[in-house]
Amino acid sequence: MLTEKVALVTGASRGIGRAIALELAKEGADIVVNYAGNKERAEEVVKEIEEMGRKAISIQADVSDEISVKKMIKDTIKEFNRLDILVNNAGITKDNLIMRMKEKDFDDVINTNLKGVFLCTKAVSRQMMKQRYGRIINMASIVGVSGNPGQANYVAAKAGVIGLTKSTAKELASRNILVNAVAPGFISTDMTAELTNEQKEAMLKMIPLAKLGQPEDIARVVRFLASDDSSYMTGQTLHVDGGMVM
Amino acid sequence: MDAIFEKVKEIIVDQLEAEEDKVTMEASFIDDLEADSLDVVELVMELEDEFDMEIAEEDAESIKTVGDAVNYINSNR
Ligand SMILES: NC(=O)c1ccc[n+]([C@@H]2O[C@H](COP(=O)([O-])OP(=O)(O)OC[C@H]3O[C@@H](n4cnc5c(N)ncnc54)[C@H](OP(=O)(O)O)[C@@H]3O)[C@@H](O)[C@H]2O)c1
Repeated sequence: MLTEKVALVTGASRGIGRAIALELAKEGADIVVNYAGNKERAEEVVKEIEEMGRKAISIQADVSDEISVKKMIKDTIKEFNRLDILVNNAGITKDNLIMRMKEKDFDDVINTNLKGVFLCTKAVSRQMMKQRYGRIINMASIVGVSGNPGQANYVAAKAGVIGLTKSTAKELASRNILVNAVAPGFISTDMTAELTNEQKEAMLKMIPLAKLGQPEDIARVVRFLASDDSSYMTGQTLHVDGGMVM
Repeated sequence: MDAIFEKVKEIIVDQLEAEEDKVTMEASFIDDLEADSLDVVELVMELEDEFDMEIAEEDAESIKTVGDAVNYINSNR
């Protein structure tokens, strides 16, 4: 159970982040629902959590902007007096072949998907060090392990997240702050809805379990990493991908 | 100055579990008081809270001894 724990989930207005926010709330945590622009969707998630009898607030913040991130953490601590769990989930894609990829598409994806994880981690570390308790869970991707054509920016960012997870885990272990990553395979969300049927067919052939994952499949693993059941694990990346990469 | 030293000493003894008589103005956190680099970061955070001030990243890096901390607080408070 996560009773009396406070969790901040970045990018929790939709998709995997939303499922994580709901799952942690179901276990008893109070939740900060971060989003970039989709206030309505974020408010819906807040309402769903409140209906479970937990506290929730939404905070708009661009994770790639240090000033916004600092303010978000400050507001979180002002509201809840503590912060136990950070889930770095916010992410974007701007796919293209390297030959066609614009510099800006590369920078944008690195800034949100990699620098965003660094900024949020840095901003929460003070509070977690003081508490002598913290759980940081980073959303990587299986393509950060395997590579993927058309996603050089995204793959570089996600491989970076896996490295960042290990360094942060080593730096903060002595303060009882555990840092792990989850590497999802193909999960059915807005992010993968853009794929053509042909692309989906091709993907299914690479998945031993022969189906796309659901956001809840990821959320349950995040719940495990947020709980005391995983208290002897840090610096790891769990593949949740239907067996795609072994 | 003395009052600041006493307060800083109290925090160091508490935070680093250092022996009181080892906490002199000259004592280096890492070389004499057995702190590691993360301990020093934490100590600076604690001093910020206690003296209600913000110590910039660049300044924090130059605080290596008890005296550095006392002098910094004394001239920036
Ligand atoms: N879906 C997959 O197959 C898959 C596979 C592997 C890894 N992942 C990773 O899982 C995470 C979630 O993916 P998803 O499929 O759930 O994505 P999604 O449905 O597209 O949702 C993205 C979420 O991130 C938020 N966001 C985007 N940019 C942001 C920024 N700069 N600051 C703060 N929030 C921001 C969005 O907020 P708004 O609603 O306000 O735009 C939204 O809540 C991502 O890190 C993704 O890379 C996904």
